[in-house]
Amino acid sequence: MFYREAGQYKTSYAADMAVFPLRQDRIGLGIIIAAAYALAFTKNDFLLQAVMIPFLIFSLAAIGLNLLTGYAGLLSLGTGGFMGVGAYACYKLMTAFPEVNVLVWILTSGFFAAGIGVLFGLPSLRIKGFYLAVATLAAQFFLQWAFNRVPWLVNYNVSGAIEAPLRTLFGVPIVGPNATPEVRYLVVLTLVIFLTWIASNIVRGRVGREWMAIRDMDIAAELMGIKLLNTKLLAFAASSYYCGVAGAMLVFLWYGGAEYTVFDINQSFFTLFMIIIGGLGSLIGSFFGAALIFIMPIGLGMLLPALLAPFGLSIGSETIEHLRFLIVGALIIFFLIVEPHGLARLWQIGKQKLRVWPFPY
Amino acid sequence: MASEAAAIRKPGLDPRAMTWLLALLGLAALVAVLTLATRTGVIGRGNLIYDVLVDPFVLMVQSPDLLVQTLWEGLVSGVLYALIALGFVLIFKASGVFNFAQGIMVVFAALTLVGLHEKGVPAFLALILAIGVMFVLAFAVERIVLKPLVNQPDIILFMATFGLTYFLIGLGELIFGGNPKQMISRELYLPQGSTDLQMFGGLVRLQHIDIAAAVIASLMIAALAVFFSKTRIGRALRAVADSHKAALSVGISLDQIWVIVWFTAGIVALVTGIMWGARSDVSFALQIIALKALPVLILGGFTSIPGAIVGGLIIGVGEKVGEFYWGPLLGGGIETWLAYMIALLFLLYRPQGLFGERIIERV
Repeated sequence: MFYREAGQYKTSYAADMAVFPLRQDRIGLGIIIAAAYALAFTKNDFLLQAVMIPFLIFSLAAIGLNLLTGYAGLLSLGTGGFMGVGAYACYKLMTAFPEVNVLVWILTSGFFAAGIGVLFGLPSLRIKGFYLAVATLAAQFFLQWAFNRVPWLVNYNVSGAIEAPLRTLFGVPIVGPNATPEVRYLVVLTLVIFLTWIASNIVRGRVGREWMAIRDMDIAAELMGIKLLNTKLLAFAASSYYCGVAGAMLVFLWYGGAEYTVFDINQSFFTLFMIIIGGLGSLIGSFFGAALIFIMPIGLGMLLPALLAPFGLSIGSETIEHLRFLIVGALIIFFLIVEPHGLARLWQIGKQKLRVWPFPY
Repeated sequence: MASEAAAIRKPGLDPRAMTWLLALLGLAALVAVLTLATRTGVIGRGNLIYDVLVDPFVLMVQSPDLLVQTLWEGLVSGVLYALIALGFVLIFKASGVFNFAQGIMVVFAALTLVGLHEKGVPAFLALILAIGVMFVLAFAVERIVLKPLVNQPDIILFMATFGLTYFLIGLGELIFGGNPKQMISRELYLPQGSTDLQMFGGLVRLQHIDIAAAVIASLMIAALAVFFSKTRIGRALRAVADSHKAALSVGISLDQIWVIVWFTAGIVALVTGIMWGARSDVSFALQIIALKALPVLILGGFTSIPGAIVGGLIIGVGEKVGEFYWGPLLGGGIETWLAYMIALLFLLYRPQGLFGERIIERV
């Protein structure tokens, strides 16, 4: 409704196959990214620390799980464990090589998570559907036990928890107690944009198509010549890489420290809900789902007391937490009934309707 | 013709029997080698092979009373896992839905019972009211969740039960509060205390509530078996489990059957909740234990009631014995993941479980 798509002619194959072929879409994307960067300068620490940074981190984890479950069709409940592997790997690398830039280690820790992901993804050739979910549950519980019981992972410290030491980039502290929310938010935003760009290219390329072929009918994919084991393991590796990087960012660029309970089964479930509600097999759906599942309770926490205050009723924070479970559960059922493809599909439908507005079709 | 077939017989044994025979021989050879090595002192305590393969068995033989105690506790927790798995199997057989919410139904049922009793309702009336609440829940689930999602793929229904789980968690916490509660065992005339048996030179302690749990579980399983095979509704449930379309064409109302099956699973959940709650408190941590039912189902097969029981017992015993004898080697606490590892290994060799139907992939 804001613009017509006609009149933009492509003169090369590359331009024709571009992800955002319309100039207006590219401008829109640029505006969104610019606005995201501009948020850092609004001096609203609460918004950055409690809303935007975790939203971006969980979106990255949701992208990771979406690569595995949405694009490759391999249901996984081990997200929490893989995030933990990334976090603890980053911790060990950071403390073992303190002179190397921490961003290098955050991006490298994903590879360790990818390795563990491949290991626990090996059964996927024999096991399908939600039997595979049980195999990944084994990964989740085993990894959580390992985080708790292997003292080497926490450098033998007494408390069993890991803490973010001070690290700088170009002289500005980005990890540790002195790092301000603005700086951390800018780092997280840049990393997430970069990794989302890579994910977008992966899913639109040959590998992404192989994953989707496996998801749709793996027997036919195998007959077509797609090597099932390699492709499934690659899905596990890529997904665990993203979850590992998200886990490392969770601990070092948001919480500032963590213990093994952070990466429990609830984390796996919440990431799964994010991609179910956001839309399986859609990158933008990961962002939508993370926004809904994560920001909604915060919004509720601010909205409900404001609504009830005029009536003199006060509402405790545990009630908000209970309501959060209630509403998340109800929303999942609601979305599965109304739109099984999630918010991403609703977004697509909305855009389509707006294209031809005011006509219905 | 027959004589020709009989004449052309391949030499040697059937290959499956050959594999089993070789495996047994290999196991016997391993045991012989280990015994020899231990007797001659080649390997001893501190050596990894000894610690993993020999020491636990030596310990088992040296203190058989500990072994019996561990086996008993394994059997008891196995019975409770089997009860939870039973609820899953009931719903999966009849509606093809893997009901992830079974765990929270256990907690919810137990909480309703205790909550009603706390409000002052006498114990047995509270029991009947709790059964009524489970019926209302079954009806609501069928109307709101199952009916709109009738022809959707299984994974969507599975995720819908995820949503149901979190909804019930939120609802239960809102209504009853998040604090752990005491099960009303005395008011329900459940036995308390324990008996000590002198056995094998040591003491084996059997809790009365555990014996009661085993007895009640067996009674319930027997009742369900009779229900399924002898009553009209039980036969209808089996018909729906076989094929929805065929059941519809015979005139069985799918809606009614689903309400009945979820109600039955709700009753099973209530009994499970009472038994679990009597051994430890009733709290929301119980629903994580329900995740343990997944390995049980994998072992036993998703559609088999005897499979759920056998699988539950195997997992229960395997977990306890593994934790007690092999746990200290790894630092303890391996109960959290041992069941899943057992299930994983099982899945690699027999995906349909011990009693399940063979998975046939159709393209």
